[in-house]
Formats: sequence, C-alpha cells, structure tokens
Amino acid sequence: MKIHEYQAKEILRAYGVRTPKGIPCFSEAEAEAAARQLGGEVWVVKAQIHAGGRGKGGGVKVVKSIADVKSASSSILGMQLITHQTGPEGQLVKRLLVEEGAQIDKELYVGMVVDRESQSVCLMASSEGGMDIEEVAVSAPEKIHKIFIDSQQGLDRKQAIELNEKIGIPHGSSEKGADLFEGLYQAFVDKDASLAEINPMILTKDGDILALDAKMNFDTNAVFRQPEILDMRDLDEEDPAEIQASKFDLSYISLDGDIGCLVNGAGLAMSTMDVIKLFGGEPANFLDVGGGATTEKVTEAFKIMLSNPNLRAILVNIFGGIMQCDVIAAGVVEAAKQVDLTVPLVVRMKGTNENLGKQILAESGLPIISSETMADAAQQVVEAARGDQ
Amino acid sequence: MSILINQNTRVITQGITGKTGQFHTQTSRDYANGQACYVAGVNPRKAGQDFEGIPIYGTVVEAKQQTGATVSVVYVPPAGAAAAILEAVEAKLDLVICITEGIPVKDMIELRHKMRSANSQTLLLGPNCPGVITPDELKIGIMPGHIHKKGRIGVVSRSGTLTYEAVAQLTELGLGQSTAVGIGGDPVNGLKHIDVLKLFNEDKDTDAVVMIGEIGGTDEEAAAVWAKDHMSKPVVGFIAGVTAPPGKRMGHAGAIISGGKGTANEKLEIMDASGISVTRDPSKMGVLLKSVL
Repeated sequence: MKIHEYQAKEILRAYGVRTPKGIPCFSEAEAEAAARQLGGEVWVVKAQIHAGGRGKGGGVKVVKSIADVKSASSSILGMQLITHQTGPEGQLVKRLLVEEGAQIDKELYVGMVVDRESQSVCLMASSEGGMDIEEVAVSAPEKIHKIFIDSQQGLDRKQAIELNEKIGIPHGSSEKGADLFEGLYQAFVDKDASLAEINPMILTKDGDILALDAKMNFDTNAVFRQPEILDMRDLDEEDPAEIQASKFDLSYISLDGDIGCLVNGAGLAMSTMDVIKLFGGEPANFLDVGGGATTEKVTEAFKIMLSNPNLRAILVNIFGGIMQCDVIAAGVVEAAKQVDLTVPLVVRMKGTNENLGKQILAESGLPIISSETMADAAQQVVEAARGDQ
Repeated sequence: MSILINQNTRVITQGITGKTGQFHTQTSRDYANGQACYVAGVNPRKAGQDFEGIPIYGTVVEAKQQTGATVSVVYVPPAGAAAAILEAVEAKLDLVICITEGIPVKDMIELRHKMRSANSQTLLLGPNCPGVITPDELKIGIMPGHIHKKGRIGVVSRSGTLTYEAVAQLTELGLGQSTAVGIGGDPVNGLKHIDVLKLFNEDKDTDAVVMIGEIGGTDEEAAAVWAKDHMSKPVVGFIAGVTAPPGKRMGHAGAIISGGKGTANEKLEIMDASGISVTRDPSKMGVLLKSVL
C-alpha cells in the first residue's frame, strides 16, 4: 500500500527524522496561507501523487514570492501529471505540499527494502542523491553501500556512522545522519513498511541532515494491525476496477490489452496471461478469483471485466482442485445471465467435477466456446477477439 | 522413496479446529495412508478434546511427546501463524508446512532470524503454499489428491493451481510423481527451489524434475546456477509472468518485479543457459518433461 510524501514525512518526523517544515494543501488559498505561515523567502510547491518522477513532469516548483506560490499552486492543482511511473494518461493532482526552501550543500540517497535473499531489512545509501537508484545500480553499482540489519540486534550505530562517511557526509554531521538512519529503520519496522526511500536526503549548508523527499510503501498483509496507515490510503490514486475487485476479495490488476481473464490461483492467472500473449493476443487484466469463489464473486468478476471498454473477449481458466468445476460453471452461467455478456466467452475447465461443469455450461444455452487445454483456449480466445473486429 | 514425507510420517495439525484446518484435515486424512498419519492436533484452549478422533493437545511439544509425530502443518490465521511455526521449531520437529496466506513479512523476517540464530534443524515449507504430497502415501496440504499418480517425477513450484496443472499433465502422459512440493508465493519463506532440487537429486526414486517459478526474487536463478554443476537428473522449467507489468504485485506477495529485477525472461534465460529445458507454453510442461527422459 502506498501513501503520499507529506504523510510519509509525518510518520518519519515522529521518529526524529528531520524534514523541511511543510503543510499539506488542497487549494490555492490554502497554499497561500501555508506559505505565509511558514514564512521565509523561498518555498517549494510539490504535487502529491503516488508516482515518482514528479519534478521532471513539472509537478514541483521552487518559488520566491507569495504571488508565485499562488500561481504555481493553481497550475499544479488539477493538472494531469505525467511521469515515467504514471503511464501516458498521467495522474490528476488533488493535493499539494508547500514547504520552506532548503539550503542544499549535498544531495544523497537513502533507501530501505526487504532483501529476500538474506531475509532481512536492507539499508542502502549512495552519494548519488536525486537520481533514480535503479540507474545508479547499473551505471555505478560501487556507489551503492548496503547494511543488512539483524532483526534481533537492530541497526548498529557504528555501522550507521560509517555508512554516512562512505557516502560523503562530513565527520561533523555523521551523528545526525546516523540519527536519520535509526529513525527511518524504527519507523520501517514499527509500521510494517515494505519500502522506504529518502531521495534526496540532503546535507544543508549549516551541516544539518534533512529528508527532502520521502516515500513509504507498506506490507498489505500487515495493514490489519496498522489502522493509522490504513487511514492514509487515498482511493483517488488507485485504479477504480482494482478497488471494486478488492471489495469482493478478488485479486485484480488492469492491463492494456483486450482479452479478459478469470482464473483461480495467482500462478495459473499469470500463466494464462502469458499463453494469451504467446498466441498473439493481449491480456486486459490479471484476475485471481481465489480458492473460495462463489457465484457472487464470479458475477462481480464478470462485471468488472465488462466495465473495461477495450474488452473484446473473455477467457475463463479454472483448475478445479478443492474448488469444484460445477460450482464455477454454475457461477459463470448465473453471471452471464445477470450481466449483458457482449463479448465471446471461452471456458477451459479441468480437475474436480470437470464433466459436470462442462455439462452445466453446455445445457445453459449460452454461446460459450469450450476448450480442453490452456493452449487451445488461448488460441480460441485470441481468434474470437479478432473475429469480433 | 520420496522426499520430505512418506507413509510413515506422523503429522500434527496446528489450527485443526478452524474451518480451513478442519476441512483440509478431513480430505488429507481420507487420502492414501492419511488415517494412520494424522495423529494429533494442537489448540491450547481445546486440549483434551478431539477432532473426529484425532486427539487435541495444548502444545506442539506435548503432541510430539505423546504421538512421536515429527512433522506439523499450520492452518493458523495470519496474525498468529509465525508464532505457531516458532512453536513447532522450538519443539524441534523435522518439518513444518505452513499453508496460511497473508502473514506479515516482518513476522517472517523475525521468525527466520530466530531459526538461524538458534541454528534450527527444522525445515520450513511455505508459508502461503499448497503443501506437499507423496502420491499414494501421504498428502499434507490443500492440493486435490486425485490428480496425482505414484511415479518418479519430482515437482517443485511457487504456485498452487499451476502445480496442479503440471501434475495433471504428467499424470495424463502416464508419468507419475515421486513427490510434489509447493514452496509458496511469499517473499520471505523457508525451503527454496534450490533446497528442493538438492533433495530430488539425492532421491533414488526421482528420475527428473519439473521446476515451476514466477516473477520476483532470484530463487530460480540460484537454483539454476546450482543445478548446472550439481544436478545429475534432467530438469525442465516454466516461469509464470512474462506479461506481468513491473511494480505490480501479481496476486502472490512475492510475485513482483521490483527495480527491474526478477523478470520472467531473465529467469528463463539463466535456466536455459544452465542446461534446464524451458518452455514458454504452460500447457507443454508435461510434454517437455517426457522429451528429456
């Protein structure tokens, strides 16, 4: 789960991480008032969307008068901000963060992730602040320094200070840098984060260490015990189809293609997308109906797929294990009756009560194309999607 | 022979009184030698009672002492699942199989640290996995027993239904399985592909292995590199998620391409370069395996 920069900074400040003073705003008037309240001579007006790369897309402006705060706010609020992470349609900006300007001496990078190999939290730091860390990893991997943190011992103070010096923080400021690392790690652990990034972390001209930007993602498996994180969820930043699906406990992800897929199991769902592509089609979505699919869930899954205007055909691929094929078949028939099934439907069923399931589909009178293998089903659905054009 | 479990394995079910635990204990007990293998359940509040004749104990230690069981299966809900695994680890069982999906990653990191620092000899399978089955002997987990057939092919996978797909293809071609192992779809887990490949390599009743992976992490790569120099039996492979977009979690918590790492193509290339025959068509896993025998 993702949150906004200003929310991540709020969390980090509670753990002693220093940031520039800032105020979240929802309108031009609020932005003006915020700038007056902050005082000073330089302000930064920052678009708050969940995607990165906001500066390059024109979503961050440094201004030197209250009038410019107003004009920057009015141009950023309501814009479709396009970055390398938003896709070509961009993301509508509804929130701003107005901050005091900072006197930057050096820009550095700090990140924290769960390292799967060592099964521990990994703190990464680099002298190359403000850059995309993935690019640094390719162009200058020797500039990324890592500490793998022992979950029993916590972050070692001595290692944290050494890490600061490795990335070019002068000796006089390395204690402050270590404080930031410790605060970041404690926040990461306490709040069940899955990723945190401070890019850039800055050294100011008077030797301070500040988080100029902040990004935090959280482990969705743990939000049940993090109510204050869940409260920070911004549904405007999420795909409406994915939100609707999550209400019915369906795992759904929108894609760019035109062939809808309804599958049980995540691995099989991914493979179904792959095999559609293999036969020249493009999947419109990932959809795992899970192990306990009911008629209601299947019906809702059909509604969500059919709400996509690009949809040209649907492939249902079920491996009946504990879930029985006849139950799914009844769900498909019921769903097809309830929704206006406007596109061809290919069904492939295998496993428990397979024959009973096929019989239910055949007797339903619905124009369902039945298929035996995944490859055959994919060929049929790709053909059906094309034939419709 | 087989790996990890056989008809002589005795099993404790942790979370036997919950709805999921009850259902899968029933179906697992009905499979092959299950009646003799499922000997105990654990629930501190229901100690002294029984579930359909299976005695319930207050702790794993007590269940082990009373029954001689060496393996446990965990159906405990996510919030308490890591603690349940730890209890089985501290009771020094040989193997713990955790079916539970949705355990917080932090809990798994802490558990794995504790297991390492205690130098635990207990093997962990999962979490978020379908379990393990040795056909015609014992099924521990949620897979449909009837699609399996006793034989000499090993199967290892991160996914549930995709494993069943592979198993069904093998069975249809007349190729039975020695053991089919689901290692689970979580980013921080126990046994990995490499560990299961090593076990199959040493098992004299396994002739070849189907290895199924998916996007995210580098476990398949590590297994492939190991197999290149050490595996004496043919391995075929499939990786799910060639079409998965980066940065999106594809159902499984661990199935995510992050920082440009963990793509299906990268995995397929390394497997191919390591002498593992790979297919990009999931309906050809069985046929491919047959072709390398």
